[in-house]
Amino acid sequence: MLEIKNLYVKAGEKEILRGLNLSVGKGEVHVILGPNGSGKSTLMNVIMGHPKYEITSGEIFFEGEDLTALKTFERARRGIFLSFQTPEEIPGITVENMLRTAKQAISGEKIKILQFRKELRAIMSELKINPEYASRYMNVGFSGGEKKRNEILQLLVLNPKLALLDETDSGLDVDAVEIVSGGVAKFHNENNSCVIITHNAQILKHLPVNRAHIFLSGRIVKSGGAELVSEVSEHGYAPYEVES
Amino acid sequence: MKKNYIQDIERALYDVRDEDKSIYKSDAGLTEEIIRDISARKKDPPWMLEFRLKSLEVYKKIELPIWGPDISELNMNEIVTYVKPNAKQVNDWSQVPEEIKKTFDRLGIPDAEKKSLAGVGAQYDSEVVYHSIKKRLTDQGVVYTDMETALVEHEDIVREYFMTLVPPKDHKFAALHGAVWSGGSFVYVPAGVDVKIPLQSYFRLNAAGAGQFEHTLIIVEPGAKLHFIEGCSAPRYNVTNLHAGCVELFVKEGARLRYSTIENWSRNMMNLNTKRALVEKNALVEWVSGSFGSHVSMLYPCSVLHGEGARCEFTGVTFAGKGQNLDTGAIVIHAAAKTSANINTRTISKSGGAATYRSAVKVTKNAPFAKCSVNCESLMLDDKSRSDTLPVMDIEGDEADIGHEAKIGRISEEAVFYLMARGISEEEARAMIVRGFVEPIAKELPLEYAVEMNNLINLELEGQL
Repeated sequence: MLEIKNLYVKAGEKEILRGLNLSVGKGEVHVILGPNGSGKSTLMNVIMGHPKYEITSGEIFFEGEDLTALKTFERARRGIFLSFQTPEEIPGITVENMLRTAKQAISGEKIKILQFRKELRAIMSELKINPEYASRYMNVGFSGGEKKRNEILQLLVLNPKLALLDETDSGLDVDAVEIVSGGVAKFHNENNSCVIITHNAQILKHLPVNRAHIFLSGRIVKSGGAELVSEVSEHGYAPYEVES
Repeated sequence: MKKNYIQDIERALYDVRDEDKSIYKSDAGLTEEIIRDISARKKDPPWMLEFRLKSLEVYKKIELPIWGPDISELNMNEIVTYVKPNAKQVNDWSQVPEEIKKTFDRLGIPDAEKKSLAGVGAQYDSEVVYHSIKKRLTDQGVVYTDMETALVEHEDIVREYFMTLVPPKDHKFAALHGAVWSGGSFVYVPAGVDVKIPLQSYFRLNAAGAGQFEHTLIIVEPGAKLHFIEGCSAPRYNVTNLHAGCVELFVKEGARLRYSTIENWSRNMMNLNTKRALVEKNALVEWVSGSFGSHVSMLYPCSVLHGEGARCEFTGVTFAGKGQNLDTGAIVIHAAAKTSANINTRTISKSGGAATYRSAVKVTKNAPFAKCSVNCESLMLDDKSRSDTLPVMDIEGDEADIGHEAKIGRISEEAVFYLMARGISEEEARAMIVRGFVEPIAKELPLEYAVEMNNLINLELEGQL
């Protein structure tokens, strides 16, 4: 589904990704583990096409299509979703209005207001989001945890093929992580894939992890199964720095 | 590089000009003779002629303001101060002359009336050509008429209030207004009457190089309620037009008045309008003000919170495009205890336009426990445009609670990316952000104007990386 080959990326003069390779198959769950500042978020943003980053060499393919030629919204319409580490506040645009606009843009079909509202309310209730938040402005005045839950709400409403989750569980209390984890598990199935950046194994509780990757200094230095997650939480990243 | 721009306001609708068929035009420039001539033609009572002449004297003595936008291109000697259209006032739309009717039809005025308005006044150049008010309201004692008729039928009331709140000596254009005023609306709501549906007035300036000096006088007696909507437009000419209207609102004890204005004058218009409200004990004035058109605007509706517990809510949006310098804002004078005010504005500038937010809040010694909160936000859509915020506060009263928040910014590229990451195209993302920026204001506008404003925010994308 997602194929990244030997990717080099700069932001300004600074090289952030240095020869990154990653292959995610249909229905797979991948976990990326790595210290702060190693370039994990950059990777997510580059897949989504953030204009700040420049690809100096390498390739990104999604379902066989070269992503680098596509604009961000075209990538989203192909079925890629990014759950932001720090979701933007957008005054004046309600959650419901934005999500309906987004869903229409992705599906190319007009969506009936009332039917959409019903669907939205149902998902909000599963994520234990107060229904009033549908008519609040996007992330404005939301707590950190509310913003993250709102990202998962968007994931479930837009139902993409590939979810990129950038520390969606960070800053959340135990109950909130449980809700977010349940939401991601609901999204994941044999067709839908996830790439999850996390420092915390709890979000993975309900997910069958296929691959885990240790990410250091702009590249993946070790890949393995789910067991890597517990190795890292026990020993940290120091053992892998030698390998890199 | 990516280039984005928001389209200019669609002016075609307003720019269709009619052939100038007026039966009478005064000489350009301002002399005592002209004033006497205007007054005679309007059949003013003697005191009004005297008022005009005194205003003229004041006008001659006062200099043009030396602050704010440059208005030096305005040559008062070239302004035809009075243009009388070739129509008598009627109260049946079918009797309005065809051309004038077509103009208003294009602007959707009678339709708007049919749909939702209790009364409509339409002013074409200097005279009101059409006026109607629902019978139910007249039965309750509500008066809604043009100023000339009011001067005949309600002379005492007009004489008691006329230009007492905005005296001619206030500034040069107030003096000019006092001398040459013509047309406008008069509304009187008796005590305790709740006018549930809005009254609407529409002003249109058709002749080239003319001035419009309509006077709006609204008196809302104790405990009464009114929503008044005023819309303005003019076609485009190459000569400068002047609008120096005057609005005086008297909101008595416990009364409520909502005054909504959308100004979409053409780009040759100098809009130098003076609006003021006197708000008595526990009364409320709500201003909703949209400024989109004109070449230069200087507009700062003023609320004098005169009675204890008087309140003011000001909501404004200004949109300055190419060649426009729109200097808008609000004035609040806290003159009694426990008065409160909320000022909430949004300004947008694009394509080299300049938008200035200018406000003055004064809390007098007589106004302990005053509360005032000001929130003004500006959005510049490109590097050529400018935006300034000039809030002035002068607090003398004790225990005042004053809050001020000002933001000047650009469209957040991170917000654009966020929306695009949800599948929304770049141009739509930008439009959404701009619409979101003005949303708190748009939701206060009368529906047809809110729709019009949304249409203005229509983005186009040029070039790509």
